[in-house]
Amino acid sequence: MEYLNIIFQESYKILFLLVPVLVSVAMIVWLDRRVWAFVQKRQGPNVVGPFGLLQSLADALKYIFKEIIIPASSNKVIFILAPIITMTLALIAWAVIPFGLEQVLADINVGILYIFAVSSLGVYGIIMGGWASNSKYPFLGAIRSAAQMVSYEVSIGIIIINVLLCVGSLNLNDIVIAQKEMWFVIPLFPMFVIFFISALAETNRPPFDLPEAEAELVAGYQTEYSGMMYAMFWLGEYANILLMCALGSILFLGGWLSPIDLYPFNLIPGALWLIFKILFLFILFALVKAIVPRYRYDQLMRLGWKIFLPLSLTYVVLTASYLFYFNLLPTI
Amino acid sequence: MKISRFLKTILMTDFISGLFIAVKELFKQKKTINYPFEKGKISPRYRGEHALRRYPNGEERCIACKLCEAVCPAQAITIESSERADGSRKTTRYDIDMMKCIYCGLCEESCPVDAIVQGPNFEFSTETREELYYTKEKLLDNGDRWENVLAANIKSDNPYR
Repeated sequence: MEYLNIIFQESYKILFLLVPVLVSVAMIVWLDRRVWAFVQKRQGPNVVGPFGLLQSLADALKYIFKEIIIPASSNKVIFILAPIITMTLALIAWAVIPFGLEQVLADINVGILYIFAVSSLGVYGIIMGGWASNSKYPFLGAIRSAAQMVSYEVSIGIIIINVLLCVGSLNLNDIVIAQKEMWFVIPLFPMFVIFFISALAETNRPPFDLPEAEAELVAGYQTEYSGMMYAMFWLGEYANILLMCALGSILFLGGWLSPIDLYPFNLIPGALWLIFKILFLFILFALVKAIVPRYRYDQLMRLGWKIFLPLSLTYVVLTASYLFYFNLLPTI
Repeated sequence: MKISRFLKTILMTDFISGLFIAVKELFKQKKTINYPFEKGKISPRYRGEHALRRYPNGEERCIACKLCEAVCPAQAITIESSERADGSRKTTRYDIDMMKCIYCGLCEESCPVDAIVQGPNFEFSTETREELYYTKEKLLDNGDRWENVLAANIKSDNPYR
């Protein structure tokens, strides 16, 4: 009985986190399209609901009623599993994101490592989808995507090491609290820029959307998918983008801390600050989508391995030696 | 030269100026309109859906001279005529195959009495082909419906004819 009670309580908490995340994913798709349209001086979706806010819901409804086509030559089990894995992995990472000092689903001490592990696993969903489709374009898209995500994960990992050197803990709440004096975006600004660009590559956003480059690969690993399975890929992708925005705001923009520790700002709950920061980063994501052309594949790899990796490694050395020299290393 | 290029790359000046342009464009007037609710301006010469006009007393203008039928490059117009009881020559049949029509406007130009005209309506899509075989009744009905606009358009375009 006691055991059931705990399970019930936990699932209640999980629902309380997941439902807002899924709703905000729908809203964020609308925001993305709207910002994109506005930069191009178009109206964007504005018919369904107020300002077109319910457009994503209408789209989702459409996807639900569409037929799911499974290619005859595909590996059916893996084909069906791939979008499920993508979406699940994008959602479970939210467990450790802190919305306040106590408002976190799982306050584990290896939070950042957990997020890193889960986002690395994300590539499996894509590569499984591409492989199981058993057709050319999805396969090429999946290979590209795998190579791209692995390359940029390396630089993201090293950027995270930079932050961890300043914090001395892997707990996300500790990382946020360590920024009470100064957000890490100020001392680690170059790392923030590289993190942002790597996050773009990690989530297959333009200018790094090579896995789904329409001109050459139809739609990449999603080519053979239809109906709800396609929608799940799409949901997972946007949930991942939101997660990367959340991670960026926690690592560099002070998470749920208010920008100034003064009277009127203190009243706003931390969760709201985190949401503002996520939104700010997401709008940057959307703007970047509108203004940049796609990278060529060799340029992408060159940027990842020959520029970002050495730069972030150098910065690790610089941060470490600075902290060591001025005896600022965090005590454990 | 090389150093300035290096600085440009490392500071991402191109990217940042692009970002600023994007933000500036974000708040500008949109170039597109909400089509079904707002419509663009149409010239008085616009060659849209056909209509057969009437005189103010209700008499149809068409005198069955068949100039439009002769000039129609797509041969979309079919006219049959006969003498009416009062001795005037009138059409008994005036069909336009709207799918053959290329909307060139030659019928309107050839008409000596401004009977056949092309109005401003462009939203006449149908679900079947049959509905696009316009008969005399349909065309006269169009003429009655759009008469105000048609007369105004012909008047405003008159100095240039």
